[in-house]
Amino acid sequence: MSTLQPAATPESLPTESGETVTGSRVGRGKGATSKAAGALGSRWASLVAVLIAVLWTTPTLGLLVTSFRSARDINTSGWWTVFTDPSGLTLDNYRQALEPGAQSSFTQYLINTVVITIPAVLLPIFLASLAAYAFAWMPFPGRDALFVAVFALQIVPLQIALIPLLDIYTNKLGFGQSYWSVWLSHTIFALPLATFLIHNFMRELPGELMEAARVDGAGHVTIFFKILLPLLTPALAAFGIFQFLWVWNDLLVSLVFLSGPEYAPITVRVAELSGSRGSAWYLLSAGAFISMVVPVVVFLSLQRFFVRGLLAGGLKG
Amino acid sequence: MTTSYAGNVAYAVPSAIPSAILPEPLLRAESTAGKFLLMFAAVAIFAIVFGLILFLASLFKGRRGEQAQGALFAAPVVLLLAVGLLYPALLTIQQSLRGRKGDGAYGFSNYAEIFTQPELLTVIRNTAIWVLLVPFLATAVGLLYAILIDRARGEAFAKALIFLPMAISMVGASIIWKFVYQYKQTERPQIGLLNQVLKSLGFETQQFLLDAPRNTIMLIIVMVWIQAGFAMTVLSAAIKAIPDDIIEAARLDGVSGFRMFRYITLPSIRAAVVVVLTTIGIATLKVFDIVRTMTAGQFETSVVANEFYNQSFRYDAQGLGAALAVLLFVLVIPIVVYNIVQMRKEA
Repeated sequence: MSTLQPAATPESLPTESGETVTGSRVGRGKGATSKAAGALGSRWASLVAVLIAVLWTTPTLGLLVTSFRSARDINTSGWWTVFTDPSGLTLDNYRQALEPGAQSSFTQYLINTVVITIPAVLLPIFLASLAAYAFAWMPFPGRDALFVAVFALQIVPLQIALIPLLDIYTNKLGFGQSYWSVWLSHTIFALPLATFLIHNFMRELPGELMEAARVDGAGHVTIFFKILLPLLTPALAAFGIFQFLWVWNDLLVSLVFLSGPEYAPITVRVAELSGSRGSAWYLLSAGAFISMVVPVVVFLSLQRFFVRGLLAGGLKG
Repeated sequence: MTTSYAGNVAYAVPSAIPSAILPEPLLRAESTAGKFLLMFAAVAIFAIVFGLILFLASLFKGRRGEQAQGALFAAPVVLLLAVGLLYPALLTIQQSLRGRKGDGAYGFSNYAEIFTQPELLTVIRNTAIWVLLVPFLATAVGLLYAILIDRARGEAFAKALIFLPMAISMVGASIIWKFVYQYKQTERPQIGLLNQVLKSLGFETQQFLLDAPRNTIMLIIVMVWIQAGFAMTVLSAAIKAIPDDIIEAARLDGVSGFRMFRYITLPSIRAAVVVVLTTIGIATLKVFDIVRTMTAGQFETSVVANEFYNQSFRYDAQGLGAALAVLLFVLVIPIVVYNIVQMRKEA
């Protein structure tokens, strides 16, 4: 809406730019004032946009700069002084935070995060795509009622299930403190949304495709693997990224089921440090960024799928 | 760090925990390699179960067999949800009715306590402030930004800047903002950005996270910072979906600027705005990480989700905690109903 030089904008549509050029050519006389007003408006618009962008990025920049300063510098001067006096930047904080075996190390926690995340992303994708296929294309008794029930469970906050689940894991299954508790919990909490999202994508596929395959004698198993899965890759990727970010960034589920460097993920450790050693900024800043690198990279490289999933209604809390 | 924990678990005896349904090596690992092995083993087990279901399904033939196949495909999800979500939820509801510890006589004492005890009333008040402010502020910023950068040069980059907080954890976001709010006495050199700004303008520096009720607003800013990117993405897509001829026709009629927004843009994206507001509203209701990381609910900043955790795991009041979890569920319902009603109206 703020575009006044459509020719210079790669995103603007060719028809629109043609329109604008003709418009200004026709009404050259009276167009001048409105054009000036528009230019002013767009300047204000740009200013406000830049202001928001700066407000939104400065806090992160501050902590990022801080993570490269010595513990002493962090507590005696503001991070912004680095821009006038860039000496004294160091990698020591990261070295300390990543050194294996050190008391302050995040390495074990980072490994735990990876070990927790990968199965907790794959398992719901497996299970939900199977169920979504059944709900979308296989008739069986009670199907619609079950699907509505699965769909409705999306609104149940996971808090309401946590304590009985902890009891089941510890006293009935004997998992206690183990990854299985979090793998299963993350899977269970993801299933309603995953089934719903993947079901929606499946329903969009033409039924004739399945019909034709059936006529050719293909069974459901063949159809599922040979026809549906390849077509569903974008949908599975969209859900996969959601689940990845959700599990990687989760605090509550891991806090309830796991503790200590043996199993706890990095979010639990950073939150714990923030409470117990709230002024150890050299460690907190480095730890926070170590925990952020992977999700940010994944997010930026797969943004396309993420946005698609978002627009398909996939956000859970 | 790893070695200090080795030996605590009896590896040699697989039946160290008799009730475990999995043998000990598949349950726990201490070394890094062991952890990854365990991870691959878990994925392999899941894949085997998955394959088994498919194999069983392929055995069924004919019309009845097809129905059995469908039921078999849906069975794992339905079973897991029934045992892992529905049943625990019912247990929680039951526990919430059985006194402070969740094991006494049935009654509504926990719910009465939530709405009479002063500290818990503060929790309810804070939650209300969160749910009223966050969705509207985040949506307002997201919408404004989406309109400002629509079709501007470098739009993708401009979006990524606002969007990035969505990728990081709420714990990380809390650390980032805790540092912005960091307090030092006015005469000392400042390390927190916000207090430096105050000092530069000639004001006294402030303990942003300690002084109620302002500290709740300070926490709310973090959530707005995270959610604005979500609002912007969805609303930006909705704005781009407005047919060009509608805009063109309005423009020919001389509509522009704010009136264009009020009479053309906003009505066209109404459905998306409702979705964004309700989605952020639900996420806000359940907010836990931010409060936990920044203040742990002290200094009158606690909200329902955080209080649920504190009561259940720190104060050993499982019944009261369960009641708070149920309250969370009850509070989600009106937002969802509003969403559905609005969507029906739209359709």
